[in-house]
Amino acid sequence: MLDWLLEPLQYAFMQRSLVVAITVGIICSVVGSYLMVQRLALLGDAISHSLLPGLAIAFAIGANIFVGAFIAGVISTVIIAWIHTRSPIKEDAAMGIVFSAFFALGVTLITVIQKDNKIDLNHFLFGNILGVTSEEVRDTAIIAVLVLLSVFLLYKELLFYSFDSLGAQAAGLPVHLLNSGLMILIALTVVASMKAVGVILVLSLLITPGATAYLLVPRLHQVMLLGAAIGVVSSVSGMYLSYYFNLPSGPAIVLVVSTLFSLAFLLSPTYGILTNPQARSQDSSPLLREIRSLFKRGT
Amino acid sequence: MSANAAIAVEYLNVNYRSVQALRNINFAIEPGQLIGVFGPNGAGKSTLVKAMLGLIPVVTGKVYFGDRPLTAQLDRTAYVPQRSQIDWTFPATVWDVVLMGRVQKTGWFNRFSATSKRVAAEALERVGMAEFCDRRIGALSGGQQQRVFLARALAQEADFFFFDEPFVGVDQKTEEILFRIFGELADAGKTVMVVNHDLGESTTNFDRLLLLNRELIAIGTPEQVFTTENMTRAYGGHVNFFSAAA
Repeated sequence: MLDWLLEPLQYAFMQRSLVVAITVGIICSVVGSYLMVQRLALLGDAISHSLLPGLAIAFAIGANIFVGAFIAGVISTVIIAWIHTRSPIKEDAAMGIVFSAFFALGVTLITVIQKDNKIDLNHFLFGNILGVTSEEVRDTAIIAVLVLLSVFLLYKELLFYSFDSLGAQAAGLPVHLLNSGLMILIALTVVASMKAVGVILVLSLLITPGATAYLLVPRLHQVMLLGAAIGVVSSVSGMYLSYYFNLPSGPAIVLVVSTLFSLAFLLSPTYGILTNPQARSQDSSPLLREIRSLFKRGT
Repeated sequence: MSANAAIAVEYLNVNYRSVQALRNINFAIEPGQLIGVFGPNGAGKSTLVKAMLGLIPVVTGKVYFGDRPLTAQLDRTAYVPQRSQIDWTFPATVWDVVLMGRVQKTGWFNRFSATSKRVAAEALERVGMAEFCDRRIGALSGGQQQRVFLARALAQEADFFFFDEPFVGVDQKTEEILFRIFGELADAGKTVMVVNHDLGESTTNFDRLLLLNRELIAIGTPEQVFTTENMTRAYGGHVNFFSAAA
């Protein structure tokens, strides 16, 4: 078993993958916890899909793809906010419009440039953790330090803001700045994760570890710490699955983390479906009752 | 910068989606008073409070606390939103929520000081919630949750307190604690403004009442405000206020 784990690590590319897997597992879970408690899961999806055109343009002109992707992510959130505030269109509809448009543009651009470049669309869509370069490891590490330091230093303000934004604003906290800062942290995190899980599935690594931890511990910083542990276990396991079974790393990581969530959902001491008597006693769902009554009326 | 500063609201106009929500509101409040804000549903009671604190945009109007705008002195205000504005499934304990009241006093990048923790613990003690410190906020009753938010407001050590419908869904014990502490704050020279759900609540507990229906109908002592003429202007001819308050 130990050989099975250690043997691949003699290769430099596997060492790089391991560093990225651990880093991404931590920052996705920490930042994603804010998305979960603020019910902004869709925003995580929107930002990640919107990265593609920036990434493609940066690749085409030879710039750093992390920078290009980050700029595209920020532009997409600005446009979403702009549509939402300047028209009667609701925020979720604005997200749907913007992220699909950006995604379509990104896929188109990459398809065009991949004809004469060594760039594989699939790697960005579904992740290719075994293919990270040392520059990407360096960029991921820089982003991780920035993100974790920001969350650590602004923890009490972000907690107040995400729990009760009106109360925080009334206490004089600069809530619009905090909100923009949070968006930037999310964009940075997604950029750092795109090589590991790909832009389509990064939402899973943002939301699922935090959601799993949320079923097990009561405080936000505990959700972040346990979530980070779950995120690391998932991304490292996914990396090995990718290595041994030649799977795309994104789906492998997501399948592991989803399995862990399922376990917590069924077995959590406080909320588990199987372990909590309260959850079990509600044996008949309203939907089933309505369907049953429809049939009764028919006879 | 004394605590005993007066509030002055001048010519406040607020629109909500192109509908005029508040029209030409002018009033002044002396310090050390407990003010109840009353009016029918949709009268703009919460809107008034939010506009005073700068939480929503205003068309015109100024709100002074002493000789400076209130919005420039938000470190001296505490606001407790309506219960429905809060996500009660949020992963936070009672202690986490009360400490939020110390965030502004603590300052950026700093950790909570021993003083802050003592102030927070005393605030919890004062509302009778000390033993629930480690309880998840969602595991409390409505009244207990309201008392935790009162403790958070107390921990802010503010001079001007706003409560938006604090009596909705709370038990008798909590209502008594809320009124007792509101009275103590007013006696200490603080200003306490409370938006109320309906007229059935004990209006006699308030020093001043503010009757609102898109515009200011009346402000004064309960006897001055509760005239048939004012009630008809606020609630229309259909509601018999006197049976509602009985």
